[in-house]
Amino acid sequence: MKILVCISHVPDTTSKINFSEDNTKFDTNGVQFVINPLDEFALTRAMWFKEKQGASVTVISIGLANTEPTLRKALAIGADEAIRVNVEPTDGYQVATQLAEVAKNEGFDLVLSGKESLDYNGGMVPGMMAEILGYNFINACISLDIEGSSCTVSREIDGGKEVLNCDLPLIIGGQKGLVEEKDLRIPNMRGIMMARKKPLKIIEPVSFELTTSTLKYEKPKAKGACKIIDQNNLDELIQLLHNEAKVI
Amino acid sequence: MSVLVFADNSEGIFKKTALEIVSYGKRVAEQAGSTVVVLTINADDTSALSDYGADKILAIKDSRLDKFNAKAYADCIQQASIQENADIVVVDSTNNGLYLAPILAINLKAGYASNVVDLPDALEPFTIKRNAFSSKGFNYSQMDSEKKLLSLARNSFGLKEQKVVSDVQEFTPELDNADFQIKSVAIEQTSGKVTIADADIVVSGGRGLKGPENWGMIEELAEVLGAATACSKPVSDLGWRPHGEHVGQTGKPVSSNLYIAIGISGAIQHLAGVNSSKTKVVINNDSEAPFFKAADYGVVGDAFEVVPEFIKKLKEFKSTL
Repeated sequence: MKILVCISHVPDTTSKINFSEDNTKFDTNGVQFVINPLDEFALTRAMWFKEKQGASVTVISIGLANTEPTLRKALAIGADEAIRVNVEPTDGYQVATQLAEVAKNEGFDLVLSGKESLDYNGGMVPGMMAEILGYNFINACISLDIEGSSCTVSREIDGGKEVLNCDLPLIIGGQKGLVEEKDLRIPNMRGIMMARKKPLKIIEPVSFELTTSTLKYEKPKAKGACKIIDQNNLDELIQLLHNEAKVI
Repeated sequence: MSVLVFADNSEGIFKKTALEIVSYGKRVAEQAGSTVVVLTINADDTSALSDYGADKILAIKDSRLDKFNAKAYADCIQQASIQENADIVVVDSTNNGLYLAPILAINLKAGYASNVVDLPDALEPFTIKRNAFSSKGFNYSQMDSEKKLLSLARNSFGLKEQKVVSDVQEFTPELDNADFQIKSVAIEQTSGKVTIADADIVVSGGRGLKGPENWGMIEELAEVLGAATACSKPVSDLGWRPHGEHVGQTGKPVSSNLYIAIGISGAIQHLAGVNSSKTKVVINNDSEAPFFKAADYGVVGDAFEVVPEFIKKLKEFKSTL
């Protein structure tokens, strides 16, 4: 089984979100970038298939040279090789187009990805990629098992879960449950040393048409201060929730 | 041209998310000087849709579609959009909506904007406001494609009642085997409980509650308010509560009208998942807990004293309504 894991390079959750150039760009100043946490669940599941079922694991990211440390981290966790498509990601369709091209050309039969990236939260890429390729697609995936080419997959539904069956090739949009948080791996020194020698291939993008573009960003309005209510006066809290917030 | 809305139903009932996008679709149609067409699949009673402005309803009846199937449903929506000459298509942000939307976008050759939080800023060029960065920012996107697919963020527009007489028509899409490659083998659903996704109010407990045996008051508070129960990540990691209740960045997102956090300090990963809730209340004995910076109302005090008292007062209040 040849597994491709899509890695999005996103700001760490603790980052301050600011915009620059007249609010048209995300300000990366002082921002620490990490592997998208939902992609990390996918990568960890891929490592299980590598160790238990002998699969090969390739990680891929769409981005400029600044995304390479994130790919190296994925290699340190245990992926065999990495691919970077050398273009600035601007839109879900653009990214899906680039990924689909690589998946098709290199014959990957299982593509694992987080269901969304935690920067733009678009939730577009895995599904679009699957539809471009004509592969099966399952979103919000919380468990994945494969025997031969037969896949058993659970997905989250509102208020529960659904178990599905299908064949490879398959693309999933994954989330927590695919593996548990405690199973996520922190690269060790040996992994980091080995990652330096693993292949990181750079591919030029295929041409694409951009249909959606960002005009500007805006920060949410500053929130008012928290109103503190005395614990001996909870009637006041009820009145505020009823009359002011109008939520009860 | 028209605006097409896909209103998903759950055992014949249109949930708030479905009615909200009908409301939204109606307003977009008015803005564009056109009408809204609502597509339904295997719903017997579509009258609720007429209360929120559905000018026309296309009703599909097909037993192959009894269970949700993203590819087949996307195919139905695409065929309806062609018949109705729809250049704007709206879906919801439930797990089903978010599953079928990217498939549909490719089929329609449409630009796709998810996390939409408001009516279009402009129609020419088409500009739309979206949530990004876990609600720490907004993105205004311009869509130049001829067709546009929008998924509306939950609880971002609200229900706008607008009774109309709907023109209800049957619609029969052509489906083939390729639509049914993925087979549903089992569905496990907790019945009778308010789900976090659908709830207007969510009551959430953290490690400050000291142990799973103390959740009785959380459940009682939720019951009084008609709320769903949730928990922080450490609580689900410790196995005090099921994983399905974990809200936060890697758990479930919450965009309820009211979120009540009890004994939760407010780690940034937790806040990222609950940011888009409209009103937040925190009850915590540590006045320095970061959640007080994110909340609208706060009570500094011991949860074991405050919560039972709050329940008592709420019951009194409810009895006066």
